[in-house]
Amino acid sequence: MAIGGAWPWLALAGLGMFHGLNPAMGWLFAVALGLHRGSRKAVLLALPPMALGHAVSIWLVATSVMALGAVIDAKPLHAATGAILVLWAAYHWLYGHRHRVRVGLTTGLAGLVLWSFLMATAHGAGLMLVPALMPLCAGSPVIGAGSLPVALAAVGVHTLATLAVTGLIAFVVYDWLGLAVLKRGWVNFDLLWTGALAATGLALTLTA
Amino acid sequence: MPTWTPDPTFYPSPRMAMKAPAERLAYVASFDPTRQLPDAIAVVDVAPDSATYAHVVGTVAMPNTGDELHHFGWNACSSCLCPNAPHPHAERRYLVVPGLRSSRIHILDTKANPREPSIVRVLEPGEVAERSGYTRPHTIHCGPEGIYVAALANTRGEAPGGVFLMDHETFDIRGRWEIDRGPQQLAYDVWWHLGHDTLVTSEWGLPATFENGLVPEVLLGGQYGHRLHFWDLHARKHTQEIDLGAENQLVFELRPAHDPTRAYGFVNSVVSLKDLSASIWTWYRENGAWAARKVIEIPAEPADPALLPPILKGFKAVPPFVTDIDLSMDDRFLYVACWGTGDLRQYDVSDPFAPKLAGTVRIGGVVSRATHPKAAGAPLNGGPQMVEISRDGRRVYFTNSLYGAIDAQLYPDGLDGWMVKLDAGRNGGIAFDPDFFVQWPKTHRPHQVRLEGGDCSSDSYCYP
Repeated sequence: MAIGGAWPWLALAGLGMFHGLNPAMGWLFAVALGLHRGSRKAVLLALPPMALGHAVSIWLVATSVMALGAVIDAKPLHAATGAILVLWAAYHWLYGHRHRVRVGLTTGLAGLVLWSFLMATAHGAGLMLVPALMPLCAGSPVIGAGSLPVALAAVGVHTLATLAVTGLIAFVVYDWLGLAVLKRGWVNFDLLWTGALAATGLALTLTA
Repeated sequence: MPTWTPDPTFYPSPRMAMKAPAERLAYVASFDPTRQLPDAIAVVDVAPDSATYAHVVGTVAMPNTGDELHHFGWNACSSCLCPNAPHPHAERRYLVVPGLRSSRIHILDTKANPREPSIVRVLEPGEVAERSGYTRPHTIHCGPEGIYVAALANTRGEAPGGVFLMDHETFDIRGRWEIDRGPQQLAYDVWWHLGHDTLVTSEWGLPATFENGLVPEVLLGGQYGHRLHFWDLHARKHTQEIDLGAENQLVFELRPAHDPTRAYGFVNSVVSLKDLSASIWTWYRENGAWAARKVIEIPAEPADPALLPPILKGFKAVPPFVTDIDLSMDDRFLYVACWGTGDLRQYDVSDPFAPKLAGTVRIGGVVSRATHPKAAGAPLNGGPQMVEISRDGRRVYFTNSLYGAIDAQLYPDGLDGWMVKLDAGRNGGIAFDPDFFVQWPKTHRPHQVRLEGGDCSSDSYCYP
């Protein structure tokens, strides 16, 4: 299985760290649950279900792209996914503020999986990984047994990076920084995120 | 334009909000009871170091007449920092101002000139009714899914009233909030416990029973609202009804604890059919369900019938008529407006089941007509009504009009509007600010007060 060098893996990990940084991807919810339940353990317990929800969302996109990659030529696939990303960025910009809220502070672990899955999916987290996934699926020529381990590895690398950063920030905020950081340090991640989606989409389209 | 850091008026927790800078402006709903002139949002200078302190420094007239401005609120507030649905870079910038009588909703932009906000959008009654299924919009709360509006009636002016959602950026109406309303029919106030995923609503009555004044037969028949409704905030389903008993009429203002980990709140019943007393109830979570218990009862005061309006003569007493309550940000002091007797009471509710009276002032009142230090001894009419507390809990503002048609029933010789301010001690005790007495323009009457940057009934918090 040829996998086109190290950079796609580094990109997957780097994007995982970027996703983990975003308060809307989980660290903030973990902190809130810890504060509500007065328990550091609640912060820790929130992390695995969030990682699982994120991973499922990413998995659906990764396997879809790989499956498409097996039946569609690289060029139109690049162009199509690029266009989808740009549209997703526009949608996120215009309507990202009006999603139904389905999970609240009394949630259990299953609710956290659902919440994380919905957040990652609505934010287009998986789509953002497409450029990094492309070379990987190009490296596994036939859909089926050969590509499955690659997809698993890709989702695994990305999710572990997300989880590591989510957990790190959650505990740094819970243990040391406190809530004041929300007022000072909460930069406009929606703006960064929209930019990242649009830039990825444009890059894909232009390199098609 | 998007902002890079969160709106500085958003606070993660009530403890942090208490450290907010003092408000310098108050926005006050101001309506013409004769419906000849446009209603307005009045801007009152509340900065003690200002040359125009305690004066109306701006007036934004509505484009129509007869709206009856009543309650209003901000498009966005501290709940935007909630972890499950964060929108931290929204701006607290627009006032959402409904006409309770007209069902028209005005959007005012306060950013360019906070003293002279501009009307940027008007949602006409037909649009409100068509898109929401409701009319008579009342309470406005910024919350997790946008702007929540409690409305008292459906499109035909009948039951059920309910809650609808507005987009907090475009102000488009997104539609009815409830998915399953269960037995709920009457509506009035709405608020929630963000930490317990619970929304609460209360009950007044249908437009036919208040738009021309309270109807004595309906009241004495126990037909006005007397229930609390609890809902799953995210599933939007009715989960529980608590009946305070038909004798406890008009269940109004919902004041859940600001600390999101606390599962209790306070609500007032305006008048009891048993003895014209008024009551405050604490609702609380117990054994996996909500419960409510009466914690304060304020008796009616015997009075000479000659001094009473026709509606009260037969009772030979003046009811306290508690029409508004408000809870300080630290959940420690509950302010109780007795619109009938003229008392504004402060209770220490550190123990929410055992309130202790901590302070009282009296101004106006059906019989007492008590004066104010700055009113040169003149008797005042109306009584303490809509109360608002500064975030640090040190200043309390209130106005004296309830609702045009009901003003005339308790104060038939007329009601001259005023707005006053109390200074509150750190550990309780209240006194009039002798320099703060705003005589309202004779053509209008003041109702709800909103403070610049947020107050004790505007924001809700996700973090303790």
